Amino acid sequence: MHAFIQYIQSYLDSNQTPGAAGNVFWAFIYILLVFVGLSVAVIAMNWLERKILAHMQVRLGPMRVGPHGLLQPIADALKLLIKEDIMPAEADGFVFWVAPFIVVLAAFTVFVVVPFGPTHAITDMNIGILFMLGVSSLSVLGIVMAGWASNSHYPLIGALRSSAQMVSYEVAMGLAVVSAILMTSLNEQGTGTLSMIGIVQAQQTQGMWFIFKFFPLGLIAFFIFAVAMIAETNRAPFDLPEAESELTAGFHTEYSGFRWSLFFLAEYSAMIAVSSIAVTLWLGGWLRPFPNFLTGPTWDLVFSLFPGFTFLFLAGMCFYSTARMPKHPLFRIQTMGLAGFGAALALIGLVLFHPQVRLRIEDIYWFCAKVAAFMYLYIWYRGTFPRYRFDQLMKVGWKILLPMGLGVLILTATVGLWPLIKQTIWHP
Amino acid sequence: MDAMLHISTLHYLVLGAALFLLGVIGVLTRRNVVIVLMSIELILNAVNLNLVALSRYWQGVYGPNALHGQVFAIFVITDAAAEAAVGLGILIAFFRNKETINVDEVNLLKW
Amino acid sequence: MAPVATPFFFYLLSGTMLIGGILVITRKNAVHSALALIVTLLAQAAIYLMLYAPFVAGVQIILYAGGIMVLFLFVIMLVSIERTMKERQFNKQWLVGIAAAGALGGLFMAVYTKGKGIFPEHALPTAEAQNTQAVGSLLYGQYMFAFEIASLLLLVAIIGAVVMAKKRI
Repeated sequence: MHAFIQYIQSYLDSNQTPGAAGNVFWAFIYILLVFVGLSVAVIAMNWLERKILAHMQVRLGPMRVGPHGLLQPIADALKLLIKEDIMPAEADGFVFWVAPFIVVLAAFTVFVVVPFGPTHAITDMNIGILFMLGVSSLSVLGIVMAGWASNSHYPLIGALRSSAQMVSYEVAMGLAVVSAILMTSLNEQGTGTLSMIGIVQAQQTQGMWFIFKFFPLGLIAFFIFAVAMIAETNRAPFDLPEAESELTAGFHTEYSGFRWSLFFLAEYSAMIAVSSIAVTLWLGGWLRPFPNFLTGPTWDLVFSLFPGFTFLFLAGMCFYSTARMPKHPLFRIQTMGLAGFGAALALIGLVLFHPQVRLRIEDIYWFCAKVAAFMYLYIWYRGTFPRYRFDQLMKVGWKILLPMGLGVLILTATVGLWPLIKQTIWHP
Repeated sequence: MDAMLHISTLHYLVLGAALFLLGVIGVLTRRNVVIVLMSIELILNAVNLNLVALSRYWQGVYGPNALHGQVFAIFVITDAAAEAAVGLGILIAFFRNKETINVDEVNLLKW
Repeated sequence: MAPVATPFFFYLLSGTMLIGGILVITRKNAVHSALALIVTLLAQAAIYLMLYAPFVAGVQIILYAGGIMVLFLFVIMLVSIERTMKERQFNKQWLVGIAAAGALGGLFMAVYTKGKGIFPEHALPTAEAQNTQAVGSLLYGQYMFAFEIASLLLLVAIIGAVVMAKKRI
């Protein structure tokens, strides 16, 4: 027993990821935390997307289930779980059954290498970013299988569109990623890294987020990635594979109940995954804003108070809404529930002010905040942009983003090697 | 028993040989062109397995930077991509003209 | 971190690979064959990880499983397969083919049983953190010319695929 406790504690003192420390117990805890956190994030995203879209269109959105529809995602999940699971008679049974699981596995496995902090990742791989791109590209297989196995026209067309789209945009995405990886090699040794933690550390040592590096090259690469990642996750304005006006629902038309909810889960966790790639590569990962300009213990303290104040702000919103709830007896339980939720948020916020917790949680907070900004952008795009036509989509992918990516890659390499080139040409 | 439990280079080579044989059988006996192409992929993968296993073996002899086998494996993967693209292109052209994908019905030199 | 339970994972992965390979060459439906091939390729990527070749494993996943197999599935969906599934699956000379493959297998067995002694296991684990960098410097150093030839090959393949698949050029 004592040895076990020591085994658990030995990790806390080491300054490593559980994978690097080889600690199975903590790796398991981290996996559970990431899994639970992702599921909660997907549920929250579901509610937020409906609410924000509704407010963008001057509607109210879900209001009935719980105060301000807060319990709506839970009600939806319950409905999906108890719905009948229909399999088309002509479907290919095994492939139809296995396709949603492949998509979910591909979407969840990538979080093994996502760095929430210098020590807060399940493991750090030498091939981190390659692993992320590779595994997330496996989800296209699941989509193609789902579309084919349904043995129906809409799903098949949706799957073909989806695979063509994802394979095309992967090329531009890869080029943008490579130009960011090239920037990691600007150190004394001249060797870059593919490891996710290494990429953020390179931004730390170079004192600059890669989005501002070699302005505007980093910004253009980021832009290419930001466009490609929307196409990669089949979201508006590139949501042709599931364009409801043309294909009803695309590749998951024939799915219902639990298996449909797996596709839903996979879509949102894939969105979070690509957003975390973008945050890691260009937006400094877990680094707080201005780590090099606003230095010193005072600024450290100020920035480490952000997580607590965020939760206190949310709690304040809850209390404000509680005060505005209708005073009718029918709403009493809802009012009490909302107040309780606000109290829980306030309690979490207060816990986050404790110095021990504050220092350990800060990097996770900044990472999640940046990813959350991307999630809001996804909803914003969906609310504003009209859908592309398929030939326009292909034109954007192959004729605009790909040449731009190639150009940025060449220019990045040239600018990065410029001191060396200058030395050899003018001072041989 | 010890030979079973201690995984050596030879184990990987035998696995590669078995995979290679499966690929050869597929190429020699199947009629469906797509499956013949997939069997070729199996053969290339068997070769890759051998290359990487032997690269690991030479790392033990010449030090950690003797990675020539892995570099060759990457070239083989590149070749496989090129081969698959051209092969499937030929397959589509063939299917468009003869409405079949059976390899033993490819009996015209020109269409 | 040292690998754990190497024999267990080796036999698990090689079993997966062999079963996948057998399914590839025996299934009637080409889509099922493709799925079996994907399983084989992923198991092989895991075997590369066991051999301390993480970069090749990553390339295997991203290029083979994510790229080439999607191309295969795409083409299988373009060409109709309903008629093919009702036809004979194996060609007339299948017996000869299996005999030839058996002869090749016998040759392999002879080589590997005779040559058992020349492959002693004394390989040292590489520093894993340097694998990608080492492969990169080999690719862009010693194998630069081969690398350029490979890019030329890919260009030829692109043009070839377009010429073949396009209806009218």
